[in-house]
Amino acid sequence: MKRAQFSSPLLPYFLLAPQLAIIFIFFYWPSAQAIQSSFYIEDPFGFGATFVGLENYTTVLGSSEYLRIAQFTLVFTLIVTFLSLSIALVLAVKADAVLTGASTYRSLLMWVYAIAPPVAGLMGIMFFDQHIGPLVDLAALFGWDMRVGVNYYDTAFAMVVIAVWKQIPYNFIFFLSGLQAIPKHLREAAAIDCRSELRRFWTVTLPMLAPTAFFLLIINMTYALFDTFGIIDVVTRNEPANNPLTLVYKVYLDGFRSNDLGGSSAQSVILMIVVLVLTMAQFRFIERRVHYG
Amino acid sequence: MATISLEEVRKIYAGGVEAVKSVSMDIADGEFIVLVGPSGCGKSTLLRMIAGLEEISSGTISIGDRVVNRIDPADRDIAMVFQNYALYPHMSVYNNLAYGLRNRGVPKDEIDRRVKEAARILEIGAFLERKPKALSGGQRQRVAMGRAIVREPAAFLFDEPLSNLDAKLRVQMRVEIKRLQKSLGTTSVYVTHDQLEAMTLADRLVVLNGGAIEQIGDPISVYEQPASTFVASFIGSPAMNLIPVSVRDGRATLDSETAAGGSSLSGPDLGNGTGYTLGVRPEHFVPASERPAGPGDLSLTVTTTVLEPVGAESYLYASIGGDSGATGATVTNSSAAHVVIRVPAAARHQPGEVLSFTATADRLHAFDKTTGKRIPR
Repeated sequence: MKRAQFSSPLLPYFLLAPQLAIIFIFFYWPSAQAIQSSFYIEDPFGFGATFVGLENYTTVLGSSEYLRIAQFTLVFTLIVTFLSLSIALVLAVKADAVLTGASTYRSLLMWVYAIAPPVAGLMGIMFFDQHIGPLVDLAALFGWDMRVGVNYYDTAFAMVVIAVWKQIPYNFIFFLSGLQAIPKHLREAAAIDCRSELRRFWTVTLPMLAPTAFFLLIINMTYALFDTFGIIDVVTRNEPANNPLTLVYKVYLDGFRSNDLGGSSAQSVILMIVVLVLTMAQFRFIERRVHYG
Repeated sequence: MATISLEEVRKIYAGGVEAVKSVSMDIADGEFIVLVGPSGCGKSTLLRMIAGLEEISSGTISIGDRVVNRIDPADRDIAMVFQNYALYPHMSVYNNLAYGLRNRGVPKDEIDRRVKEAARILEIGAFLERKPKALSGGQRQRVAMGRAIVREPAAFLFDEPLSNLDAKLRVQMRVEIKRLQKSLGTTSVYVTHDQLEAMTLADRLVVLNGGAIEQIGDPISVYEQPASTFVASFIGSPAMNLIPVSVRDGRATLDSETAAGGSSLSGPDLGNGTGYTLGVRPEHFVPASERPAGPGDLSLTVTTTVLEPVGAESYLYASIGGDSGATGATVTNSSAAHVVIRVPAAARHQPGEVLSFTATADRLHAFDKTTGKRIPR
């Protein structure tokens, strides 16, 4: 990093002010509001609030439904992150090997990323539609009577497929550019040192790709935790009933459908802490193993 | 250790560009071969074909008595030193050296022995636990060499390994590479565009031009008997003077001068009655006052333009022809009319000075004007 010199000590703060204002208004203020209201029970009609201390938290954490959703969220996040990273990596490695068609291939895959999550969810739902969905027909060929929105596991399956499908292009672009940034002579040196292509991938290519992969790991976990909201909303058709949900969706349900602002705020705060701990853990334990070239 | 033989090896790229045109040569066991030529002459492509990093369009390459055309780089029993070292940045120096051995299933204690031995030879023992990023250019170069040595391969392939080093380090590493190669006795193919590096390292030089071999030979014979004007101008610094001459009345004169008009150049007829390209190395000129021209010798009169002292000697840049100021008629502006002459460092010539030099018959080279090939004598 270069150290910049400013003539006035106030100038850097002045230059940072717009960005800080945005961060404050859209991130810290709502967070502070959430933390505050998590200690209150709000009247559903807005006629005041009662301070209840940690009651919202104990209620949430004591609820078997909440714990069930938390468990699903964990599994969902792990599966979506793992699949979208690994499939994108395989595609990127294959694309990298045939560079001539790469630009077309790359932009074709990038298109998917331009789709908004609810639209992706809607398109995904078409694939899984009971009457016209090709994936349902395909599953039927193998004797799988798929009922998205009715069967818990079928719904979860559809959510994972759509969420992964939506995230692959993003990961792909990063992996591909990461792969192309690996110097040619390094690969050649490895080709002379190691016969097995797979082994070369694990020992040379992947470590060189580690900074990209680490960045994507954090982005993908955050994606699976939060940005899949639209997909879940569309897949469950806004009727959660018995369907699998993630914690973020539960926050929305309790806060806006059930008007339990306090409980929903407490859940948001829990989520914030989870993400904070997760990110810190990733930096602490994974990043130290990452080599930045 | 092994011989390497190339038989009519060609490389044609997808676009139809022929980078290497039917190259054949045999490299003896333990020999140090240097491929030299200007950029784009196909020398790196040729080396990479031996390494297996570049497919062979036609012909065969054998290492030892095995045809390796279809064999993976890792199975060719060669080690390569790259121009930018190609060290694995995420591995320590030790692991960089050990990587190729581990992948070949060499036992752990044997790997350790070889790495320690290479580190001792190359004096990199103190850096074994460091990452390449923490090393200087010269140290990285040594690690790259070490990675080749530990493999104990049949052949070393060097792809311009010194071109990223500064001038002083380059000379030092050059000597070290030569010493190392001689003590290990491993067959080596070395690519460079630097003619001095090529001359000093090679047992045999291979001069490449436009994808084809221009000349093969030991450095001194290539220097003394260049096969063409290309080799003559590429090997040696400053380059050999190449002067197009016409033959009139059994004497060679400048193309631009008539024999009658008091010629500033007079040489023997080496072209069998027709014009040829006359070649003289800068160091083979002698002042006419010290040694008057004999019957087969060259004599010429020049006007000094620049004197370039390099320490032990000076190089005199001059245009052929005298009296340029007075009559002004005989000197042409074509580059052929300029010569470089080595003079003793003590000589204090001034620009504009008119001087006469001679060169003995055995120091003169003659090349065909159209093909550029050496005219045998």
